[in-house]
Amino acid sequence: MKQLQAVNDFVVKFANVNGSGSASANTLFAKSILRMGVPVSPRNIFPSNIQGLPTWYEVRVSEQGWLGRRGGVDLMVAMNPQTWDKDVAEIEPGGYLFYDSTKPLPAAKFRDDVQVVGMPLTEICNAAYADPRQRQLFKNIVYVGALAALLEIDPACVEKLIGEQYKGKEKLLGPNVQALRMGLDFAAKNLPAIGLKVRRSERVGARIFLEGNSAAALGCVYGGATVAAWYPITPSSSLAEAFARHCRKYRTDPDTGKARYAIVQAEDELASIGMVIGAGWNGARAFTCTSGPGISLMQEFIGLAYFAEIPAVVIDVQRAGPSTGMPTRTQQSDVLSCAYASHGDTKHVLLFPEDPKEGFEMSAQAFDLAERLQTPVFVLLDLDIGMNERLCEPLEWNDAARYDRGKVLSYEDLEAGKRFGRYLDLDADGVAYRTYPGTHPKRGAFFTRGTSRDRYARYTEEGSAYVDNMQRLLKKFETAKDYIPKPALRNAAKGSRFGVIYYGSTAPAMDEALAILEGEAMSVDALRIRAFPFHDEVADFVAAHDHVFVVEQNRDGQLRTLLIAEAMLPSEKLTPVLHYDGTPITARFIHGEIASRLSAFNVSPLKKTAAAD
Amino acid sequence: MTYLAKPKLHHPELPQNSLGLTRRDYEGAISTLCAGCGHDSISAAIIQACWELAIQPHRVAKLSGIGCSSKTPTYFLGQSHGFNSVHGRMPSVLTGANLANRDLIYLGVSGDGDSASIGLGQFAHSIRRGVNMTYIVENNGVYGLTKGQFSATADRGSKAKRGAVNTDEGIDLVSLALQLGATYVARSFSGDKAQLVPLIKGALTHEGAAFIDVISPCVAFNNHEGSTKSYDYIRDHNEAVNRLDVITMHTEISTEYEPGSVQDVRQHDGSILRLRKLAPDFDTSDRIAAMAYVQSRYAEGEVVTGLLYVSPEAQDLHASLGTTERPLNALGERELCPGSAALAKFNDALR
Repeated sequence: MKQLQAVNDFVVKFANVNGSGSASANTLFAKSILRMGVPVSPRNIFPSNIQGLPTWYEVRVSEQGWLGRRGGVDLMVAMNPQTWDKDVAEIEPGGYLFYDSTKPLPAAKFRDDVQVVGMPLTEICNAAYADPRQRQLFKNIVYVGALAALLEIDPACVEKLIGEQYKGKEKLLGPNVQALRMGLDFAAKNLPAIGLKVRRSERVGARIFLEGNSAAALGCVYGGATVAAWYPITPSSSLAEAFARHCRKYRTDPDTGKARYAIVQAEDELASIGMVIGAGWNGARAFTCTSGPGISLMQEFIGLAYFAEIPAVVIDVQRAGPSTGMPTRTQQSDVLSCAYASHGDTKHVLLFPEDPKEGFEMSAQAFDLAERLQTPVFVLLDLDIGMNERLCEPLEWNDAARYDRGKVLSYEDLEAGKRFGRYLDLDADGVAYRTYPGTHPKRGAFFTRGTSRDRYARYTEEGSAYVDNMQRLLKKFETAKDYIPKPALRNAAKGSRFGVIYYGSTAPAMDEALAILEGEAMSVDALRIRAFPFHDEVADFVAAHDHVFVVEQNRDGQLRTLLIAEAMLPSEKLTPVLHYDGTPITARFIHGEIASRLSAFNVSPLKKTAAAD
Repeated sequence: MTYLAKPKLHHPELPQNSLGLTRRDYEGAISTLCAGCGHDSISAAIIQACWELAIQPHRVAKLSGIGCSSKTPTYFLGQSHGFNSVHGRMPSVLTGANLANRDLIYLGVSGDGDSASIGLGQFAHSIRRGVNMTYIVENNGVYGLTKGQFSATADRGSKAKRGAVNTDEGIDLVSLALQLGATYVARSFSGDKAQLVPLIKGALTHEGAAFIDVISPCVAFNNHEGSTKSYDYIRDHNEAVNRLDVITMHTEISTEYEPGSVQDVRQHDGSILRLRKLAPDFDTSDRIAAMAYVQSRYAEGEVVTGLLYVSPEAQDLHASLGTTERPLNALGERELCPGSAALAKFNDALR
């Protein structure tokens, strides 16, 4: 049996029972590798359950810094008897199985091509602890200690992390360090060496390790959101909770202790978006966060905000639909329902962050866009970005930047006699001026409604006034292109007849897939779309290539549909590459799909050509 | 009568309030509702109440949902911003608006279809949160715009214009509001302006969730024999528990009262609710008793009106959330954005 040998390039997967306290131990494991200067990319794979069902934590260790999910497992830490058979089957040939050997298992439960590392974790913990809860919790720390020994992770890194975690809680600090050492010592004395190693490196640099939902929530703080209304729904709840946490820290008036924010957990998603619209109408920056089912519920209100032209920010942390779908699995399947949310003719601005850093930036920017354009703006996160810690560049903020509050007439403006018609297109950009309630005793009052009205906000069912207004809304949608983020173009070194379009959380897997393709002389040019409506660059990119792959994490190629419908692109030039089983897309998948299709276009990979020679 | 423009010239001797404004300054566009509609009387009462309180019209935000009642904000306070939202959702829009700027007066106008059917949830939750607002339901027990279907407040046994009898239990919004913790609860009748105007004034000066259920007969679809929301039926069964006077610093006190016949309730804003008792045993400070009284009289076929409950210790949503005194919509980068130095620290903690 040939055992896998790898340094700083492997995948460890932890199979645990939900609610067993494994999450913090597993995070400790991932962070300690980061502290060795080696990039890691962990992912939570968890069920819609509070306690008892299986949960996994998959850590990709990658010296080269690939942050997408790789696929396959090199070392399985099998702590859940429920999923044993499937977990063991998932290990790559030549890989390793770490398990609790307290209770003997029949030989049939193992594989010949996998090296088994058994450690009597339960026995060790039962001997060391009397309290059943402690036995369970410290078991997790003990295996982290053992893994540190096996993988040669510097124990000082792990101990330092534990010290930081329990700073000020010295009662917990000592026992945790003790449990860690127990694991380290046992492994050093009793366990065989394995072929996977972590070596110190300098590849992490200044990067930070941050969850997308927390980053987006911080973006809302920096972007000036003062009102948040939300209804709990996976995978967006932790965004609202992070916003509350950040606000307590950054938005408490130092003199009075009062809150410079208001957060309401509403009775449902309808009330959430209603509050956001009421606050936006009244001049506060407001947002809600939700997932697909919430977007479905908010449709009527989103149409009101579009038609009555009220700023609103909606952060959609997408999960697998339709209906309840797979609530704890990831997808990019709300693109169309957000782009055209509500009945009647509507179109909405969408932003597609690729990682927590862009989650922060785009969430902050969304408030400027919503007020500049007086319309709902959607930030399309997903579970993969939102609920996982990801290595990303440090967050940045320009202190000189000012909020763009859009076109708002003040008391002074009205007093000076500035012309006011709520839906009057004075600047020929489709965006009219608004006033906040309570501004001026005699001027600037108007009636906001979802019914048709003329340029002075007077109710009308006159066809020409209705069309005039709808055309202006289209013009405004064009204006949006001047403000929203442009697509990111990355041409292959030598250029290519082939292109690939992708967006959002596909980015890390795509980075890696592009490198693999380039290495095989099958390079493709790439365009990452960052916003809708589409800039001209998108059509130019498609025109400049013979063929373009559109890579998405949904069944129906929703962005491709939008490209055909809104950028008028020829459908025959756009090949969908779709991954939608609820797991994050991998470089292996993208590479496989694109390589096989390229070979149909008579593009041969370098290796095959070489072999033919 | 919608084809008639309102004359712009006012009588020079129209009485003025302390702001120097006449009642005409509180009016809106001409109503497009049916002649005789109870809702128009409520609009007139709102105008009267705001004028008497000398509220600056532009400091009121008027919000509504969808339906006949929800059209009425167009017909009063023309200098106020108005928001005609979506069906049954006025409470959430009002809540958000209130969070954005705590300094304005929020007047929500809704109907029985809007608040007791599609919007029952939002009605309930806005009240239990204690949003500082005046929430008026113009209650006629019927869907007017869609031509005469029963609404959820129609009493069981009430007869529709075409003869159908309502077999579903009616929802009593006053009882719900009391249970849900509204800190000012009243019921009135659109045909009794003398009772309604002070009740609206008391609600507008109340700093908490104030709810008024106003029975407002629909002359087109629910004013016939057999209806329990007709003018005749309500006149016959209206049982007022008290008469209210609202005394503010602007009010001249001219009436003299028999000693012991009145009860004063001082509100946060300094206004005094002066109650003249009509039902001797009724106590506006006892929420549980009010619930029992309303229900027991309803069982006898009577419609209890007047100020049913008021808590002088009302607390609003802003107090619960501990928000700053300065309206959130007036805060800028300086107060809201932690800046790059804080961000550098945030980054450091994530390495």
